[in-house]
Amino acid sequence: MATAISILPAQQLAALNDAYRKAIARKRLKATLATAVFCAALVIAALGAEVNLRTFFTYFGNFLSYFDRILTLDSGARVWTDPLEWFWGLKKWLRLLGETLLISYVGTLTGAVFAFALNFFAAQNTSPGPWVRFIIRRLLEFARTVPGIVFALIFVIAFGLGPMAGVLAIAIHTTGALGKLFAEIVENADMKPVEGIRSTGASWLSCMRFAILPQVSAGYASYALLRFEINVREASVMGFVGAGGIGQELVVAIRKFYYSDVSAILVTIIVTVFIIDISTGWLRGRLFGKETHR
Amino acid sequence: MSQMPKPDTSGLRAKYPGVFERPASARLALPAMIVAALAIFVYGLVDLDFSPTKLITGMSQLGWITMMMIPPNPGSSFPLYMQALGETLSIALLGTTLAALFALPVSLLAARNIIPSNLIRFPVRRFLDSIRGVDTLIWALVWINVVGLGPFAGVLAIMVSDFGAFGKLFSEAIEAADRKQVEGIRASGGNALHEIRFGLLPQVLPVIAGQVLYFIESNTRSATIIGIVGAGGIGLQLAEQIRVLEWQKVSFLILMILIAVAVIDFISSKLRFAIIGQRAVV
Repeated sequence: MATAISILPAQQLAALNDAYRKAIARKRLKATLATAVFCAALVIAALGAEVNLRTFFTYFGNFLSYFDRILTLDSGARVWTDPLEWFWGLKKWLRLLGETLLISYVGTLTGAVFAFALNFFAAQNTSPGPWVRFIIRRLLEFARTVPGIVFALIFVIAFGLGPMAGVLAIAIHTTGALGKLFAEIVENADMKPVEGIRSTGASWLSCMRFAILPQVSAGYASYALLRFEINVREASVMGFVGAGGIGQELVVAIRKFYYSDVSAILVTIIVTVFIIDISTGWLRGRLFGKETHR
Repeated sequence: MSQMPKPDTSGLRAKYPGVFERPASARLALPAMIVAALAIFVYGLVDLDFSPTKLITGMSQLGWITMMMIPPNPGSSFPLYMQALGETLSIALLGTTLAALFALPVSLLAARNIIPSNLIRFPVRRFLDSIRGVDTLIWALVWINVVGLGPFAGVLAIMVSDFGAFGKLFSEAIEAADRKQVEGIRASGGNALHEIRFGLLPQVLPVIAGQVLYFIESNTRSATIIGIVGAGGIGLQLAEQIRVLEWQKVSFLILMILIAVAVIDFISSKLRFAIIGQRAVV
């Protein structure tokens, strides 16, 4: 089967080829420039961060042997040969893990309630006024941008050492993060039911309750569950600054070189995070079908 | 005007009870869940030593601290803080870039359409999951033990924890790539490496670049906090000033962090749009 490929006249072809080459060259130049700028930024960053490759290579062995050490018991045997000795403090750690989970649970619920109360004011389509919206948005932004652990550091001084500071820090950070997500869900909601309810003479509050809420509650619950997952990780380090949970125990073990304890606590944390991830994933699937939330 | 016959409601109700009334299990599920959630909440409040008096004294303390914070004032340490902020940005940039470099080859191993065999993919995925299960702050503590106090430990901590996240995200991006272009390369006689280089990477790279930029942005936040455990950057200054109760400096540092994060957000969203066009990132 013979098919003829038509070739353009040489003159026309040359013009086209020329244009093509120019376009490619421009693209290449742009890419090269971008790469050069990026590399320069990296070099400056490396100087700024005191990166020392010699230190890195000298001590990289330490990093690997660190894992060797945390997987060795005091007696010199590998940790998995004697699980009882490895997890000697399991009872205490489980209690602290329970505390960690409670911190993240109470913090998430409190934060979700506040976010719920505020998000209608922050969403463009339901906010009663632009000024309210502006102020609430800035507040949420502040709560979201300041890291939770910075709040925890300040709260530890105000409320004293203990899990309460951790709960409040997580609650504030969660309010900021969920408030924004909730407001986005509300902005995507259908406005026709609101018009319907308003046309019956209902107040703003009833409009929210009967027109918006039924549309958005599933999304709220889904995001709140997702946030709970994130907060479990966050709560596991709250103890670093004295705000309760398993972190306190871990930081002591790392700083005092109780090697096998470090690995044992890390394993319990990782397993807990896995279990929480899987169970909240299952719960989300059960409650809201197979929809995926990013 | 036509008249519809009135339906026999009570007869239908008797015939199809399931349509008119939801089963008791469905009706009771929501109240039961709410009660359970509240019960755990109250138990949590009790177990975590919440008390109204503590809350009120704490609030008044907090109010007092807030008063002390105004106006924000760096004292004479402004140049030091600027340097620390630069250090933080450097940590975020370097850590994220290194993580992306290391994660790219590993993510190929974790992608279903590159490695069909479960035997390799499963352990690689679990490995990435366990890295992600450990918080950046914990990695920072570990690296401080290895390379000593300072920003370098911060870079390595961000690198390791992002490595886990990138590995997962990249492999998902690769799995979402279009199969046809890879098949085209194979049909024209390319080997496996050619398939990846010319069939896969052109599709995946813009997505990856978008993700890396997004992570540089979010790592600016992470990098501010790893200083709290001693891994350099502005967090170190912040934690120190909080511990010595220099509230005006604290509020100044928090302001600096907020402004820096806002600026980085702005730049990176501009860059992301330039790289990937109007397509939404993840």
